[in-house]
Amino acid sequence: MADKKLVTPKDENKVFKKKSSKESLAKRFEELDSVNNDEKDKDNILVVKHLKQYFPISTGFFLTKDLKAVDDVTFSIKKGETLGLVGESGCGKTTLGRSILHLYEPTDGLIYFNGKLINDKNSLSEFRQKAQVVFQDPYSSLDPRMTVEDIIAEPLDVYHSYKDKEDRRNQVLELMKIVGLTPEHLTRYAHEFSGGQRQRIGIARALALKPEFIVCDEPVSALDVSIQAQVINTFEDLKKKLGLTYLFVAHNLLVVKHISDRIAVMYLGHLVELAKSEELFDKPLHPYTQSLLSAIPIPDPRESRSSKRIILSGDIPSPLNAPSGCPFRTRCSKAIEKCATSRPILREIEKEHFVACHLYGDKN
Amino acid sequence: MEKTYKHLLRVKDLHTSFFIQAGEVKSVNGVSFALDEGRILGIVGESGSGKSVTAYSILQILQYPGRIVSGSILYKGKQLVGISDKEMSKIRGNKISIIFQDPMTSLNPTYTIGNQLVEAIRLHTTKKIEAKDFKGKVKKDNDGKVVYKDVRISKKDAIVKAKEMLTLVGINEVEKRLQQYPFELSGGMLQRIMIAMGLVCEPDILIADEPTTALDVTIQAQILDLLKTIQKKMGMAIIIITHDLGVIAQICDEVDVMYAGKVVERGTVDEIFYNPQHEYTKGLLKSIPKNTDKRGDKLIPVEGNPVDVFALPDGCAFAPRCSKCMNVCLHKVPPKVKVNDDHYTCCFKYIQSQYLAGRVTKENMQKYMNGEPVDKSLVLPQIPLDKIRIRDLKNAPKEANDAKNPGEVIK
Repeated sequence: MADKKLVTPKDENKVFKKKSSKESLAKRFEELDSVNNDEKDKDNILVVKHLKQYFPISTGFFLTKDLKAVDDVTFSIKKGETLGLVGESGCGKTTLGRSILHLYEPTDGLIYFNGKLINDKNSLSEFRQKAQVVFQDPYSSLDPRMTVEDIIAEPLDVYHSYKDKEDRRNQVLELMKIVGLTPEHLTRYAHEFSGGQRQRIGIARALALKPEFIVCDEPVSALDVSIQAQVINTFEDLKKKLGLTYLFVAHNLLVVKHISDRIAVMYLGHLVELAKSEELFDKPLHPYTQSLLSAIPIPDPRESRSSKRIILSGDIPSPLNAPSGCPFRTRCSKAIEKCATSRPILREIEKEHFVACHLYGDKN
Repeated sequence: MEKTYKHLLRVKDLHTSFFIQAGEVKSVNGVSFALDEGRILGIVGESGSGKSVTAYSILQILQYPGRIVSGSILYKGKQLVGISDKEMSKIRGNKISIIFQDPMTSLNPTYTIGNQLVEAIRLHTTKKIEAKDFKGKVKKDNDGKVVYKDVRISKKDAIVKAKEMLTLVGINEVEKRLQQYPFELSGGMLQRIMIAMGLVCEPDILIADEPTTALDVTIQAQILDLLKTIQKKMGMAIIIITHDLGVIAQICDEVDVMYAGKVVERGTVDEIFYNPQHEYTKGLLKSIPKNTDKRGDKLIPVEGNPVDVFALPDGCAFAPRCSKCMNVCLHKVPPKVKVNDDHYTCCFKYIQSQYLAGRVTKENMQKYMNGEPVDKSLVLPQIPLDKIRIRDLKNAPKEANDAKNPGEVIK
């Protein structure tokens, strides 16, 4: 994997200079671009390099401080793969999904889609057709004043991708059929539907432009337990049928395990571990992942009684005053001196198992 | 003291409805359960199944237009339904207290933590002082004896108590926290404060209404751990309301599974997880992803949508979603039946399976079905009526009367 090569300190020095204007940004794109050309792997549908998303927060009169929601995240997603993204609330997983789609303008970093860099209006417009999003809350992500037909057809309207009204309706009906809605739902409004059905409308809207890649931003966490399985199955069926690639953001670890091929664990804006989902669950390496996995409430009383929990003390620190060095060190039971001084970088410890932790530094 | 009651809390055939313009919404539709000292009871169900309303009914903090229609709630043998507000407020908070789902919204943002804790403590804790120390009017009872006076504890004492409680729930820098406002603290910390507030009077029963739903996994583990240790330390009973079966498995002794305002299955945690009998419980357990799932395993969802509270079906409320729905399920409400000493369920399919296994006589099965002798429609077909189901649902004859007389329960 090329990720291994990506984040060496040498590169960092070469690449990260202070950005000042748009022109210099364009220059930096070229600079960044030249570092690792081998990242334009054909297998990878999406490559994210050194993505940063800072939000300026006013801390006083004329004083601003950057809230580093996503700080130097690098990963790639293969075609047809589902990458799960887990972490506590406030760790930046939703922000990461949104800045990949340029719903927020990323502060820094590069995003390649199908080997193409996304850096100007044209490439962005093209990218946005191919990359869609399903939002968390089906109650607030659908316009209450629009009929289902209009909601689903809105992306089609934006990109003028139909001949006439009949074609538009047919496309909508086709989409509704795919996600399991019936034609009589066409003229209804969003409030007439239950949570699961609303989420299906959201999925149909995301599928309207025949995307290749969908960011699923906690699509099932607002749904009832018995409905969750229906929607998860819909996602899986669609993936098989349409050859989609997902970035599946969620905080329910068992759901993420169920649906993902690989899982990335995020903490305070950084990726701390990335591995195949079975591997991650069987052999978590990062202390944070270990405690996160042990905290899962297992729906099996016997197993639950016998399992030993690593209960983390304290809360996730504020990203405004992130600890120096390793972001997790304040809650880590295995923290060593080095953790306070230098930030561990994500590197391949075992085959396709990436960890950002000093404990595993010497093996590589 | 001699125990004059059987259960610490006994809820019997509780009906709570909300009377809104569109009609009566039967949120709780005949809930019965019992809770004993030192037990942790989990109530699990989907949103709208009436689990929170059950809790609010017990504490009688229902909001207009909701009210208890019928049923009884016995706390230590004492009837709580219909007692005066004044008497109820002696129990509420002192004997039975509650933690709400969202700690962010259940604390007042304009007062400090200390302020709110002290208020709760002073409202509920009194100390006895001797009559001679009392400066007001001395009360005497019928025999002319001076009654010892209960007075509210002083603010100073309350602060000491508040600090003690915060330490108990694992909060550090107690002094500082008392001065802080809710927005300055994280969700997990606030939930700890809510728990501390719920525990100030050392209640017999603590109701936790989705205590961890708004929290992260790691914080959830902390809170559940805390609830368990405190339960052990103080020996109270806890009712945990949740929709997360993982939480149930982790902490509860007993489980009530609720669907459409009814307890459809009740049993010990092991019975519910390893020997579920109601089709809804079975479906629910199959539909959640498990730790042991292999990649590529499919979830088996419960089909259909959650029940519409405005149009409850005549028979079993779960029948429209049930894959093994039978004719009888559409017309009759299944009564409670004993699976074993620790396990009750309300499902016709269970009785049928028992009959097919030869454990229940046909007569008894039919008695269970409706109390009437032989009715051909009740001789149950063995095939799940998947296809007939939809048609049946549309043309189901209205036999609402039968639903009200569920018939005998076999022994």
